Amino acid sequence: MKTRRQFIKITSAGAGAAALGLHSLKVKGLSLFGDENQQEPVSDENMTATPTYCEVCFWKCAGWTYVDKKGNVRKVIGNKEDPHCNGRLCPRGTGGVGMYNDEDRLKTPLIREVDKNGYQYFRKASWEEALDLVASKMNKLRMEHGPECLALFSHGTGGALLSHLVKAYGSPNITAPSFAQCRGPREVGFTATFGEGVLSPERTDIRDTKCLVLIGSHIGENMHNGQIQEMSQALDNGATIITVDPRFSTAAAHSKYWLPIKPATDIALLLAWMNVIIEEKLYDEAYLNKYTYGFDELKAHVKNKTPEWAYGITTIEPEVIRRTAREMAEASPSVIVHPGRHVTWYGDDTQRSRAIAILNALLGSWGRRGGFYNPEKVHLPKYPHPPYPKPRRSWRDAFPKNKYNLVTEVLSTGICDATIPNPNMECHLRGWIVYGTNLMASLPEQKKTLEAINHLDFLVVIDTMPMDITGYADVVLPECTYLERYDPIRTSPHREPYLALRMPAVEPKYDTKPGWWITKQLAHRLGLDDYFKWDNIEELLDWQLKQVGSSLEEMKRIGVKKFPREYKDLYNLQDLPDYEFNTNTGKIELYATELEAEGFDPLPNYTHHPEPPEGYYRLNYGRAPMHTFSRTINNHNLWDLKNENKVWVNPKVADLWELKNGQKVWLKNQDGIISSFPVKVRVTERIRWDSVYLVHGFGQTNKKLTRAFGRGASDSELISKIYEDPIMGGTGMRSNFVTFLKENPRKNREEVKA
Amino acid sequence: MAIDTKKCVGCSDCVVACQTENNVPHGYCRDWIVENVSGTYPVMELEFRSERCNHCDNAPCVRCCPTGASHIAQGGIVLVTHDECIGCGACIESCPYDARYPHPDGYVDKCTFCIHRVEKGQNPACVDVCPTNCLHFGDLDDPNSDVSVAMRDRKWKVLAPEAGTKPQLYFLT
Repeated sequence: MKTRRQFIKITSAGAGAAALGLHSLKVKGLSLFGDENQQEPVSDENMTATPTYCEVCFWKCAGWTYVDKKGNVRKVIGNKEDPHCNGRLCPRGTGGVGMYNDEDRLKTPLIREVDKNGYQYFRKASWEEALDLVASKMNKLRMEHGPECLALFSHGTGGALLSHLVKAYGSPNITAPSFAQCRGPREVGFTATFGEGVLSPERTDIRDTKCLVLIGSHIGENMHNGQIQEMSQALDNGATIITVDPRFSTAAAHSKYWLPIKPATDIALLLAWMNVIIEEKLYDEAYLNKYTYGFDELKAHVKNKTPEWAYGITTIEPEVIRRTAREMAEASPSVIVHPGRHVTWYGDDTQRSRAIAILNALLGSWGRRGGFYNPEKVHLPKYPHPPYPKPRRSWRDAFPKNKYNLVTEVLSTGICDATIPNPNMECHLRGWIVYGTNLMASLPEQKKTLEAINHLDFLVVIDTMPMDITGYADVVLPECTYLERYDPIRTSPHREPYLALRMPAVEPKYDTKPGWWITKQLAHRLGLDDYFKWDNIEELLDWQLKQVGSSLEEMKRIGVKKFPREYKDLYNLQDLPDYEFNTNTGKIELYATELEAEGFDPLPNYTHHPEPPEGYYRLNYGRAPMHTFSRTINNHNLWDLKNENKVWVNPKVADLWELKNGQKVWLKNQDGIISSFPVKVRVTERIRWDSVYLVHGFGQTNKKLTRAFGRGASDSELISKIYEDPIMGGTGMRSNFVTFLKENPRKNREEVKA
Repeated sequence: MAIDTKKCVGCSDCVVACQTENNVPHGYCRDWIVENVSGTYPVMELEFRSERCNHCDNAPCVRCCPTGASHIAQGGIVLVTHDECIGCGACIESCPYDARYPHPDGYVDKCTFCIHRVEKGQNPACVDVCPTNCLHFGDLDDPNSDVSVAMRDRKWKVLAPEAGTKPQLYFLT
């Protein structure tokens, strides 16, 4: 194994960039050193508003960027016409200006160099030189090993054109952590049941629901804007909320029922709910008779999964299980057992998602008002291009044949496996392009990720910020932020089809470029101009918009455009019409024939998961409403709201360990991994005594993130053990256990060094 | 203003919207979130409150201001005229809600209910941005205003009523 790749802290900047940093302080609106009366608010009429949609998270709310007469970006406000946000951005979207103003941004292309003493460092480079270098490495890879040895990790809108480039180049290895580390199990589980996935934004009709059941889904802490807004509307309408969570989450606090479940036992609860609904005949009989397959098998399967049986596993009282099941049935079909979003927990996650899907089928909520609606989106034609070359190999070659037959997207962790040389593979992956995702925080098992990186011939990172992953790159390409660029049109499934435009409100700061420009430049150097026959992205967007009856000119004016639905079937199963589902039987499969054919349980079973050893606590993690993953921690506006995470500890546990609020501890996991930084204790009744809780994204190790560096603990680095979902390759991450170290474990080592 | 604690999720969007709308310098805020946890696992309550200046009818900050910079404007909004403020800080000490801060440019600053927007018939920035729609603003004397409608048929409380300041933030419970 090569070990040449040391982590480089981005320091190339030197005097030039420092000067740029000062300049940025002068131009930004929030300056303390600027003109008099800086604080006076500027009225909206004295600013220009340009359309955008947010890139701080995947919800992609449309809005307006307000720029004052001096060219300062003052604020971003939601677009009232947009159903993702209804004119109200979330804190991260509102704080999006902080991404643009961040003085720690990547400012210039960087190239890894080694001096004669073996010291590795980044050298500032021109775009010309950096792009030439990336293209020459890609060309060499294509010639020597074949284009299939390249992989792209992409998260975010700008990645769409880059994906197009990689396909044109000839590689099928295009991935995002959003499948195997996030929503993959629910898509596969729901597809095995209904023949369709849940999609994004989720097709949950929370607005009109009478009963919303959340299983570990902490809406309100995850700030999925449309869902928060609709949950609030549902509360106004008197809907019942039932929250299942070992932690007293914000959603739990707003719920009629909070079920403080023992972690890792959700499937037992779901089976007991099915038992009650079937034994008490609370199901939607007409719906079941018409649409479902395998009811008798399901009935037999859950016959002895009584609430009393589940009580011993989940610690939820049988009467509460019965009462909540009846509440759901009462609301049927306007009930949502929410599929969640980040659902890679214990390795049987597809089966848990299946159980959720089955429960929804019993309650008749799929395709019904207040349950799951049938979304539509605008299909934007692709700009004409030659067919993609047909890849001869893929990441799957690293695995036994038929291992991942039900995997519908490329596994990010599978890419790591396929990058580590393997006798089954003709060629392991040798080049990575990483766009907009900080793999050090978004993938579990950092050791494996680093091993894979060490086997690469080259690693290119495209980002706006010096995230931890940039330190491992050979070439860093600095993208401008979403407020400074065009990107592909947003088209996403919703109740009504909508398009949204993102256009630059200001010129890119520093020597940064938009993703589309970077992609097109690379395409040219790779001889792939035929795939990019437009001169600039405005031409591409205008052409696409004109195919569906709009234009760039129109979209620049309105930002968001609503289209009529093609089919008038928002609630397509409302009155039980004839309908064929995209499953083997054409029915909703309570009994999943697809899973059975692959040798998996056709009906979900509860399995016991590992428990924390003595003195250890289950590491649960989640979101804070003002941050997205690790990418916003350094954003000054959002950092102001929350600048560190704390480890939540139940008072009983705190007593045992003699921990006080605010005390700093280090966390050590079951594999002996110790958090890089100490984290403050938060003693709170909101967490069970067998678990601790961390907000994800903190504890970053790159000093160039001057605000985020070293603040709090990283859950990602403590997730060294994963439980793989055998059905779809997801990485179950919630069976890691941590204990507390009250003294600095590295103190002695530092003393020795000194 | 009325704040619906049954809907607020404590996301702090009101805080960052105020920061960008009013150019509040980093490290300071005119509005903030309070998280109040009570009870013992698993029988618990949690209340989030979006707090700011209470725009009191009987405002101690106005009474104690030596220069008249702190004043009650038409409509009941408590304001500070920055040019007249000498930054003595008496108002900061007198406020039972800790709603004022010393701006680094030498004056005392606080929530204005976004008077520059209200004058044009708009809502304060925090009200318009809130994803849960838990903030309601308007004329309390008008029975059809958003705030009056929101308070109708609901229980409410004010903060520190014992201070006798006649606060004008109503927390719906």
